[in-house]
Order: sequence, then structure tokens, then C-alpha cells
Amino acid sequence: MYGKGLRLLSISTVAAMALALSLVFFYAPLDADQGFLQKIFYIHVPMAIVALCGFIIGALLAIAHLRTRDPRWDMRSYVAIHMSLIFAVGALITGSIWAKGSWGHWWEWSEPTLVSFLIVFLLYATYQPLRFAIEDPERQARYASVFAVTAGAFVPLNFMAVRLSTAYVHPRVLGSTSNLPGPMALTFLVSLGAIGLLYATLCKYELTAKHTRAQLRALRRRLLGEGQDATKPRSRSAAPSVAPGATMSAQAASRSVL
Amino acid sequence: MGAIVLGDAPALPLHEAGKYVAAAYIVLFALVLIYVAIMAIRLSRIERELGELLEGVERPAGEPAAGEAPTQAPRESTLA
Repeated sequence: MYGKGLRLLSISTVAAMALALSLVFFYAPLDADQGFLQKIFYIHVPMAIVALCGFIIGALLAIAHLRTRDPRWDMRSYVAIHMSLIFAVGALITGSIWAKGSWGHWWEWSEPTLVSFLIVFLLYATYQPLRFAIEDPERQARYASVFAVTAGAFVPLNFMAVRLSTAYVHPRVLGSTSNLPGPMALTFLVSLGAIGLLYATLCKYELTAKHTRAQLRALRRRLLGEGQDATKPRSRSAAPSVAPGATMSAQAASRSVL
Repeated sequence: MGAIVLGDAPALPLHEAGKYVAAAYIVLFALVLIYVAIMAIRLSRIERELGELLEGVERPAGEPAAGEAPTQAPRESTLA
């Protein structure tokens, strides 16, 4: 079900990444201030934007889960946040490398943009331990959705607070002060699209893998009989444990069996 | 302060900036590669489990699985 269109999405991502890298290194002009070092901009900023958007998408999917109580939405919300965390790690590392080359040190504690992004990252870093701490799958999904909605609302608030604050060394992008020349703006937009496609593809891969594994588990249960599986204790996991195709009643039924 | 810092900072020469740019792009590809490696491990696990299930389905009732000691009385099959 989730694997549909995966091949086309994967090919589009590879093509977009290849195009973005070609534009970055062969088309976009060198920055007057930072020279070649500014090439980091084309992956650092898109990764940060995609990570933040992913957190918001996770919150929207969590709202859908709270409204419908359908575990598939919880699975999607989990995957969106999980993948955003990986992209946020990438944004933090590439940002630190850029800071070292540009400012001479890895981190600037007085810069609101950096610190606020770190706060958002650390906030979401507690999402997995929160899920892991709750054994009951239904309660785990509900609490995780509430967390995702609350933390997701914090992301745009945080973004606005940073906009209103004084910038020290970190430039503000996508604002009225950003005057990217045409070739640079085009390269940036293509890079943003490529990173966005990469995010979507990895999310789809993750969902497909989880769905396949859940189907396999259901098949094993059916072939080996319910009794044999019932003797095994259910291993605790931070990931949603219900097949994406299952409904809430099926989830309750599986819990009663286990 | 920021404008002063950025304005005064001269552009790094290519041989100096190159290593930072390379490091940043390597981070991106390393993340993707690590993810692909994890997916490969998951896929091989799914393949192994599917193989086990297939073996269980194809095995005639009462015949012990590979590595399992044969028993005197045939065990009741749960694969029905």
C-alpha cells in the first residue's frame, strides 16, 4: 500500500539531488563575502527548513490521529517526526561546520537562531523516550499525539520569536533582507525541492518498511496460531506497534490477545 | 555586531574553505548512507522471516523443522 509510487519518487529524488548538486557547484556564483564556503548554505538551510516543516506536518498528522483515533495517522506522525529529527541533526552538524569555517568557532550561544533551533531539536529528542516510556500502545499513541501537537505549535512561535529578535552573526534567510541574486535563488529553490523530495522518499520508505513488517507479523500470527505468539511477551518499542492497515477496534483486539 | 563580523571576515581561500564544504556535504551523504544501510538490514531480516514462514508452510505436518530434534509422537500442527 505504502510502496505504491515509491520507485517514481526515488528516481525523482535522485534526479533532483543530481540537478541541485550540479547547480550548486557549476552554476551558482561564488558569494562575495564568504566565497566557496557559502556552498554549505544550499544544504544547511533546506535541511533546517524541511526539518521544521516536518515537525509541523507531524503535528497535523497527530491532530488527525486524535480526531479519528485511527492508528495509521499515529504511524505517519511518528515517521514524520522521526525523519525530521534526522534532518535536524544534519542541519545542526552542517551549521556547526559552516560556523567553524565562517566565524572561527563551532557554536555561538548568543545567537537566537542557533539556540532556538537547538531547543526545538532537544524538545523533539524527548519524543522517542516519551513513547518508549508508555507500554500500552493505545495510550502511547494518544500521549505521543498530544506531545506532537503541543511541540508542533511551538515551532512557528519559535520561528516568529527569532524573527523579532536581534540577529548577531547568523543571517536571516527568506526575509525582506535576503537579497539572493537570481542564480543563487534558483539554486537554493532547487536544493530545497531536492531535500524536500529526499524527506518524502525516506518517509515513504520508512512507512513501507513498517507496514511490511506489521503484515509479516500478522501473517506469522495467523500461520503459527494465536496461542504460540501469545506466550511471547510483547517487546516494548517506541515505534507504533499496530499494522498501519489496522483500525482502532483491531488494535484493542490485538491488545486483549497479547 | 553581526554585520561587523561578517563584513570584516574575508572569504576563505578555496583550499581552506574546501574542507569545510566537503565535510558538510559528506555529512548529508553519510546520513543517507546510514539510513540505506539500516534499511538493508531490515530488508534482510524481513527476507529471513519470510523464508522461515515459507519453510513452515511447505513442511509436511509432523515433520520437525531444521535443527529441531525428531519426536516419537507427531506433534499437532498449528499451521492449519
